[in-house]
Amino acid sequence: MTLATVWFCLIGFLWAGYFLLEGFDFGVGMLLPWVGRDEEDRNAMLGTIGPVWDGNEVWLVVATGATFAAFPAWYATMFSALYLALLLILVCLIVRVVSFEWRERSASPRARTAWQWANTVGSVGAPFLWGVALANLLHGLPLDDKGVFTGTFLDLFSGYTVLAGLATVLLFALHGATFLTLRTHGELGARAGAAARRLSVPAVVVVAAFLAWTVAVAVDGNERGVAGPLVPAVLGAVAVVACAVLVRSGRVGWAFVATGVAAVATVATLFTGLYPRVLVSDPGFANSLTVTGAATEHYALTVITVVGAVLLPVVLLYQGWTYHVLRARLAGGG
Amino acid sequence: MTTLAVTTVDLARAQFATTSLYHFLFVPLTLGLTPLVAIMQTAWYRTGVDAWLRLTKFFGALLLINFAIGVATGLVQEFQFGMNWSVYSAYVGGVFGAPLAIEGLAAFFLEATFLGLWIFGWDRLSARVHLATIWLVAAGTWMSGYFILVANSWMQHPVGSTVRNGEAQLTNVWDLLTSRFAIYAFTHTMFVGVTTGALVVLGVSCWHLARGRNVDVFRRAAALALIVAVPATIGNMIVGSSFATASTDYQPMKIAAAEALWNTEQPASFSLFQIGGFSVDDQKPSFDIEVPHLLSILATGTWSGKVEGLNPLQQQEQGQFGPGNYMPPVEPAYWGMRVMAYLGALMVLVALAGAWLYRTKRLERARWFLWTAVVATAFPFVAAMAGWVLTEMGRQPWIVWGLLKTSEANSPNVSSTTLGISLGVFFLLYGTLAVVDVVLMRRFARLDPPSALPSEDPPVPAMSF
Repeated sequence: MTLATVWFCLIGFLWAGYFLLEGFDFGVGMLLPWVGRDEEDRNAMLGTIGPVWDGNEVWLVVATGATFAAFPAWYATMFSALYLALLLILVCLIVRVVSFEWRERSASPRARTAWQWANTVGSVGAPFLWGVALANLLHGLPLDDKGVFTGTFLDLFSGYTVLAGLATVLLFALHGATFLTLRTHGELGARAGAAARRLSVPAVVVVAAFLAWTVAVAVDGNERGVAGPLVPAVLGAVAVVACAVLVRSGRVGWAFVATGVAAVATVATLFTGLYPRVLVSDPGFANSLTVTGAATEHYALTVITVVGAVLLPVVLLYQGWTYHVLRARLAGGG
Repeated sequence: MTTLAVTTVDLARAQFATTSLYHFLFVPLTLGLTPLVAIMQTAWYRTGVDAWLRLTKFFGALLLINFAIGVATGLVQEFQFGMNWSVYSAYVGGVFGAPLAIEGLAAFFLEATFLGLWIFGWDRLSARVHLATIWLVAAGTWMSGYFILVANSWMQHPVGSTVRNGEAQLTNVWDLLTSRFAIYAFTHTMFVGVTTGALVVLGVSCWHLARGRNVDVFRRAAALALIVAVPATIGNMIVGSSFATASTDYQPMKIAAAEALWNTEQPASFSLFQIGGFSVDDQKPSFDIEVPHLLSILATGTWSGKVEGLNPLQQQEQGQFGPGNYMPPVEPAYWGMRVMAYLGALMVLVALAGAWLYRTKRLERARWFLWTAVVATAFPFVAAMAGWVLTEMGRQPWIVWGLLKTSEANSPNVSSTTLGISLGVFFLLYGTLAVVDVVLMRRFARLDPPSALPSEDPPVPAMSF
């Protein structure tokens, strides 16, 4: 395996980490108005993710930085092509980031409610657009022979990419609900469990449809053999179905594991479907960016590989330890 | 066609300038306030004095309000190289990308993870481990500063790299990480950070002292701030001026522009203030105040050293790089340098005056000083903005000095309409955030410091098992 391929996998790993971790904190943000009945509920809900959301978001920042370092051409084309979508994502993420601290610090109930809604809107908007954005890498964007995007904002939206956005939102909502069921108790925990049960049915349908369509796009549009993307797609679909069963039998820990597996498998399906390309061009398949073509030179890749090999395990250790320290359940009001 | 291309580059530059300057309003305070809060908590851990715990929580709240917006606006920085500057990104990613990726892995994970633990870990971690978390956050912020300045310094003075197949490629990571320019930029920026943290702690404390509120608590904070501010403000002037001397070796054009020095002088005098003399057609100021020899000393470190002017440098660079205008905008560079340096000197005076008043036990009664200190909290922010204007505008027309021009580096597919939309969105969003941030910071800066009892610790939600 070349270093470029290693970094393609590693960037996939970072995106999977982002989906797995920020996935549930987006989900909690989405559920604030529905699962939380009063201020105390919402305090407790935000309390479950308060200590960890920032660390979860770093997975995205590092995925971006790694793409810039290892595949400059991919970073350049992807970020300039997805311009307006990324602008909207930034707005969602920014209002959401400040909402955590600023809701806490606001005195008036109106300001607190406004920041709570900022969190919820950001938590729905960002995953939807990330779903659309990542699906476009595989579905294809019009590129010229220099790798410059020649389309418009509306080209980003097709049946498949919008389904990707919806699947991401539903999956994260379910992931957040199973997380809340696990991390809260009392009435709040019960309501989170009910939300997980209700969400699980549409999630199964939409996520499975998206995964199947992804395999089809990879095979048809990206000349992939069916086996590569099919394995994670099946795993993802089985995981959401399993979650639907598990939340009904009250096995909340396993239900959360199942939504986590589904989040990781979704990214894995997209990335295995994408390989050996990093951004498909459509029309003009020949202009697609490839892992080898977009990669930087061997020396720079070696440097970041050494740094990554040393630091990533340390990061995993201390983030894991954080979750261990903060494992206690929280209760809401009433 | 030409005018349109100019417009998109200008818009992209306007966006980068506003979002970066805005981001950098929050960065130095985080860089300086985090270690200060860590010192306060260490003092409490060592002495058990309640006042230190109250100060830790009080300034910790300001730190968190500020940190949130720093993180939020930092996301934009990570994305907009690719969004607005795709040609630049593809060209430099092989070199510039590495420190960015390392910054994320080494610094962002560290600060984000341990800040979460610090906020929520008061009653879940032992006092010693909890103290360690805030120091790890401080280490994370400083590492982040180091790596991003390595990346920025490479744009100013490209080292450890070569150009192959039309793209910059890393050849020696050690040269990149230990570039003299980067070490200066890092040292200078950390002094700026510490100065900012110290002056904000000083200003807030003096406000409380002027009101006669919580005097016993804020006297300690003021003392800590002054102990830090005296060496920090003086060190900053020394590092800043040696940074300028070093920059003369690498970017003589930037220094010539910063001094509005059109023709080579030996010895060179320093212009303290001037009216006019900022453009090719108007090289002679209509009014100026000069100090003989001072520019020679500042730029070369010798009494009568030669400092090259814009006109000969322009000729020289045309010979080296072909026809074109290689002079950066002179007026912003000139005033950027002066605003930064004059405020830097004022901050030294504030720190020294405060320290002297404190030593002679007159600080609380010196009302003129207490209110000066409140006003002086603005100085480091304005000085830092001015410094970045000088650094970045002084690099023009290059985006990477000597390798790639700014005018050739933007995203070819991003239209001026798209840029206009995003610029508008950022103005609206950042404007709103600024208002809320200032309102919250003011309110929390005026509160009484929280009681030392853990039950009144606001960020920890109700817990039950």
